[in-house]
Amino acid sequence: MSRPSGAISKLSAVLLVGAFSLLMGLLPLLSQSPIEYSLPLPSGVLPPIIPDDNPLTAEKVRLGQKLYFDARLSVDDKVSCATCHDPAKGFADGEVIAEGVGGKKGTRNSPTALDSAFNDLQFWDGRAPTLEEQAKGPLTNPVEMAMASNDAVVAKLQKIPEYPLLFQKAFGSDKITIDDVARAIASFERTLISFSSPFDRFISGDTSAISESAQRGWVLFNGKGRCNDCHGYVASLPTFTDNKFHNIGVAMHAGDFAELARKAAQSPESLSDLAHSPGFSELGRFLATKEPKDIGAYKTPGLRNIALTAPYMHDGSQRTLEDVIEFYNKGGENNPYLDGGIRPLNLTAEEKADLVEFLKTLTSDDLARFPKSGD
Amino acid sequence: MTRDPFSRREQQRAAERKSFFDSLCNVSRRVFLQRAGQAAGIAMAASAFPPHSFQLVEFVTGGSPEAEPQVAFRFAYISDSHLFAKGMTHRFAKAALKAVDDINALDPQPDFVLYGGDLAQLGQREELQLGKQILSGVKAPLKMMVGEHDWFFDMGETWQDFFGKPTYSFDHKGTHFITLMSVNEKDFWTERKMTPMQRMQTVAGLDNGTQSRFEVGDAQRQWLAEDLKKVPKTTPVVVFSHSPLYKYYRNWNFWTDDAEQVQRLLFPYNSVTVIHGHTHQVLTNRIQNISFHGMLATAWPWPYAPEGLPKLTVQMDRVDPFDQFDGCGDGTLGCRKDGQLNMNYNLWSRNPMKVTYEEVASGKPAAPGPSY
Repeated sequence: MSRPSGAISKLSAVLLVGAFSLLMGLLPLLSQSPIEYSLPLPSGVLPPIIPDDNPLTAEKVRLGQKLYFDARLSVDDKVSCATCHDPAKGFADGEVIAEGVGGKKGTRNSPTALDSAFNDLQFWDGRAPTLEEQAKGPLTNPVEMAMASNDAVVAKLQKIPEYPLLFQKAFGSDKITIDDVARAIASFERTLISFSSPFDRFISGDTSAISESAQRGWVLFNGKGRCNDCHGYVASLPTFTDNKFHNIGVAMHAGDFAELARKAAQSPESLSDLAHSPGFSELGRFLATKEPKDIGAYKTPGLRNIALTAPYMHDGSQRTLEDVIEFYNKGGENNPYLDGGIRPLNLTAEEKADLVEFLKTLTSDDLARFPKSGD
Repeated sequence: MTRDPFSRREQQRAAERKSFFDSLCNVSRRVFLQRAGQAAGIAMAASAFPPHSFQLVEFVTGGSPEAEPQVAFRFAYISDSHLFAKGMTHRFAKAALKAVDDINALDPQPDFVLYGGDLAQLGQREELQLGKQILSGVKAPLKMMVGEHDWFFDMGETWQDFFGKPTYSFDHKGTHFITLMSVNEKDFWTERKMTPMQRMQTVAGLDNGTQSRFEVGDAQRQWLAEDLKKVPKTTPVVVFSHSPLYKYYRNWNFWTDDAEQVQRLLFPYNSVTVIHGHTHQVLTNRIQNISFHGMLATAWPWPYAPEGLPKLTVQMDRVDPFDQFDGCGDGTLGCRKDGQLNMNYNLWSRNPMKVTYEEVASGKPAAPGPSY
């Protein structure tokens, strides 16, 4: 089985950034045809799926970056994508539950935008098949960016002087559409990849790249900890997620979840009856597929940079990595739809600490290269 | 953007998604949008959540009444629990309890529940006692069928004490149901001077040349012929059997030695379906006019045999060894007005699978959908 032959070294990262800056500088001098943007991936890593109607170009990435950091995409000009997916906070926001316009809260912990291009589906319940679809969600969500409609977003952008030209360069038309807004943001997000962690160097052969404790943690990860069942490391898609949905019992926090789950399972048609029940959103993936096996199931998140993105789980209910290990160690929370792979682990204190040490080695050391603003 | 070989993954994803959406149940688009709108409308009115946060993407019904208008009545099944006498927290007991919960949650309730055999692992009284206790939680009426794991420790003494005769028939809503004891074996233990436990362990093994092949046997075939004499050819016949009543894979005793003779008794009937256990997998077969459906186990799945797999079978996905529920589950059968059956597999970690009579009669296996 081939392994990535080396993470991006610092030198090549610098060269890459330098080359990119040069390219950006040359942009006004070049012809109108878009410049193809190639994602710098370690060898052996498959590129993420990019929709046919949105090939990656430098112009789209540039426009997407500007939009990503632009709080004018919210109704009160205070909330941008970067508010909840903040480069300074691992591209998450450090909150238990995300806060949108006016401090309003929904029901979800913000996932990181880093490496999100490699997720098969977006959102904790997987209801968006692409980054493009996901980007449209928060714009008109009343507890997130609260714009009245997609048309309102488009109208607002059309009136901002610098945007029509940027859309012209990226998409060939200065008439802005919501789909092009989404395509640009998605294109920028596709560049947020991070494969330069101590673990990457370790797995490529440098046994000194991570501590003894972390190495024991890696063995436990694939053994007694049973983590690799859902967070397995795959060399060609090394994001530590199986891209599936599992009920590990987190939803049991929401009051009488078991009863809600039973009602939902009895007939999916009763969804409209359940809609006003407390804890409805805790049904998770079931709300997208209506399969009883998906009740209370959420997407397996990736583990890259996990040390930066506390708190954890779809509802932010696990504060620290130690809390997460404890949660799994006790066998999650029992409920009628608990995943068949969850069971008590009987880890010792040292084993728990080793797993946490391992998880910390998944933080990429090249995150500073990402922009912190729209400029 | 790079092309081959990476575009293969893209194409595969796109093909999977297309086949998923194509394979959805026949709810008209208008009905679906109506329901989605209702759900969103109610939620919005209740301000319970931002409605566009949870837009219904699609849904698959696993056998709801509206999706199967020709079904006259339904029964459910739980099978192959292989219980150890280690209390309610043993994982096999948990799985059996999960099945009981599933069946009890069905709305509307099934007319009855078939227990498909192999309730115990080694035929011990304590194991059968535990099984009896777990099954006592089933709300609907229970019809019991015996498996070899229940029988060969004491040759069915405890089973019959708890659950009565292993062979019987009954009529329900115009269909004639027959339960057979199809896991008899010619005596291999006496000449080898085996103890009851040795006999039981031998039968419990696979790839075991010592034990005999399963059979219904002369006496029971005679009983079957007598029982069928009073059944008109137009009455639908459903046979419950632990072993498949055909010959799938000899080494694992996925096999009934006198299968052809039993089938010959059944061929004259217009509508015949055999429901069997023992194989712990999604299994579909058709021999002339007889349809065969294998039930899921609650305890563990079997891999598909290296040869002999009926070509009608759409295989369940290769299971995840970490997940004790993968490849396991329970299910229901819809008895249609024409007497034929639709089979529903409620796989615990996968999307449900459904085998309609149309698919069986067509002679061609259905296209598999995505399993998760």
